[in-house]
Amino acid sequence: MALYSEKVMEHFMNPRNVGIIEDADGVGEVGNAKCGDIMKMYLKIDDEVITDVKFETFGCASAIASSSMATELIKGQKLEDAMKLTNKAVAEALDGLPDYKMHCSVLAEEAIQAAIEDYKSKSGKTE
Amino acid sequence: MNIYADNAATTKISKAAAQAMTECMEEYPGNPSSLYSLGQRAKEKLEQSRAEIAALIGAEPREILFTSGGSEADNQALLSAAMIGKRKGKKHIISSAFEHHAILHTLKKLEKNGFEVTLLPVHENGIVRVDELEKAIREDTCLVTIMTANNEIGTIQPISEIGALCRERGVIFHTDAVQAVGHIPIDVRAQNIDMLSASAHKFRGPRGTGFLYFRKGIVLSNLIEGGAQERGKRAGTENLPGIVGMTTALRESIDGMDAANAHKAEIRDHLIEGLSQIPHSALNGDAEKRLSGNVNFSFEGIEGESLLILLDQRGISASSGSACTSGALDPSHVLLSIGRIHDVAHGSLRLSIGDDITTEQADHIIKSVKEVVEYLRSFSPVWRDLMTGKREFILK
Ligand SMILES: Cc1ncc(COP(=O)(O)O)c(C=O)c1O
Ligand SMILES: [Zn+2]
Repeated sequence: MALYSEKVMEHFMNPRNVGIIEDADGVGEVGNAKCGDIMKMYLKIDDEVITDVKFETFGCASAIASSSMATELIKGQKLEDAMKLTNKAVAEALDGLPDYKMHCSVLAEEAIQAAIEDYKSKSGKTE
Repeated sequence: MNIYADNAATTKISKAAAQAMTECMEEYPGNPSSLYSLGQRAKEKLEQSRAEIAALIGAEPREILFTSGGSEADNQALLSAAMIGKRKGKKHIISSAFEHHAILHTLKKLEKNGFEVTLLPVHENGIVRVDELEKAIREDTCLVTIMTANNEIGTIQPISEIGALCRERGVIFHTDAVQAVGHIPIDVRAQNIDMLSASAHKFRGPRGTGFLYFRKGIVLSNLIEGGAQERGKRAGTENLPGIVGMTTALRESIDGMDAANAHKAEIRDHLIEGLSQIPHSALNGDAEKRLSGNVNFSFEGIEGESLLILLDQRGISASSGSACTSGALDPSHVLLSIGRIHDVAHGSLRLSIGDDITTEQADHIIKSVKEVVEYLRSFSPVWRDLMTGKREFILK
């Protein structure tokens, strides 16, 4: 039995949307206090829609694959929908993660939320 | 190219050992406890193995107890010494910060039962200092347990000096020699070792077989109650094929030890030299006082599990002390004990080579690690922060 699903391996080996956006509208960086993984998300936002997204991740295969999948899931989405992305949805899209690796997918959810918060605070849209 | 570089985890069984085991299963079907000749033949084989193992480490046959491996030997050694201490009102134990969990978790259990444990620091080089041990020994110290060689960073401890000191102070000295037996010379008499744990699968014997050496006069406490096997100190029908396989493997390892060490040390140093060229990396543990088969590096800005998976894709089997490779989510306590902070322990790689390693394989490892580290750094936010000066390098 392999440690990870084929989907996880595929995203880990060929991660999508890797890199940075120099003039990002929102940037979010989160770290996992438990295992030490760190993830950074860059968003380009136009009219409340995510038009581009890039990520950088310091972490395990599970963290890298979750970042990659999460960016695919939110690209083109409205901010309010992207805010609702859960780590469970990311893990499901990856055909599951080992139990003890679920916390790595939380990073993707949190990094996206942090990037959107950053955008809102910069554009004066926080409540 | 397939390269197995995780011999500290387990080794491939030697042909001779596997053959000896098959032969044993076919030709010694009796139970050593049975009185008819078929049983007695098995008993004879068992005692021959015991005598041979004893001779190979400088012990006497009656000082060898066969176990299911290193963990069991460690558990029984510590609990036995603790019982001996308790009877004399001595309840202090000294060990080191980077022992295997078979030791550390047993010590935790003893702490819950009223023992006091002092864990000696192992410093940046991964070696216990004998003067610090000397200062730590008290009137009520009943046991010193220090491993012979560390399983993650391969550093070799000053066992003879520790043995001499403990003998002089009248304290029982146990050593977890699971990574050392069959790899470096051991002589329990000359080195004043009172108890020693060994495991067959670390020296090309079978898994699930090991032994505990315990000096004459040391009374063992049982972990397993039942029949009178092992002179009443470990119940259960003996794993004769395993024991025979272990004996064959140990003899073979010790016979070939010098040649294997010379070859492995040469390749090890080649690997260390090659991997040192990767910027912001560092060897973990002393460069000289280490097992000939062990290379352990930290690379800043990357995580070890992703490194391992990408190396696996290139045919290389290795291991890491990264938090993400442990179900417990903590980075290796060994790397933390030598002062590596969490981030740097996260990006560690252990290569433990066998004696069949070639220079071509080592070059493939060096090339692959360089490529993979560079690739992972290319999208690591930590590496970016290091490069842009937002974060300070720890490994210069
Ligand atoms: C230093 C050390 N002690 C104990 C053990 C446990 O040995 P076993 O797997 O035979 O129980 C190991 C093996 O991982 C080890 O490396
Ligand atoms: Zn992780």
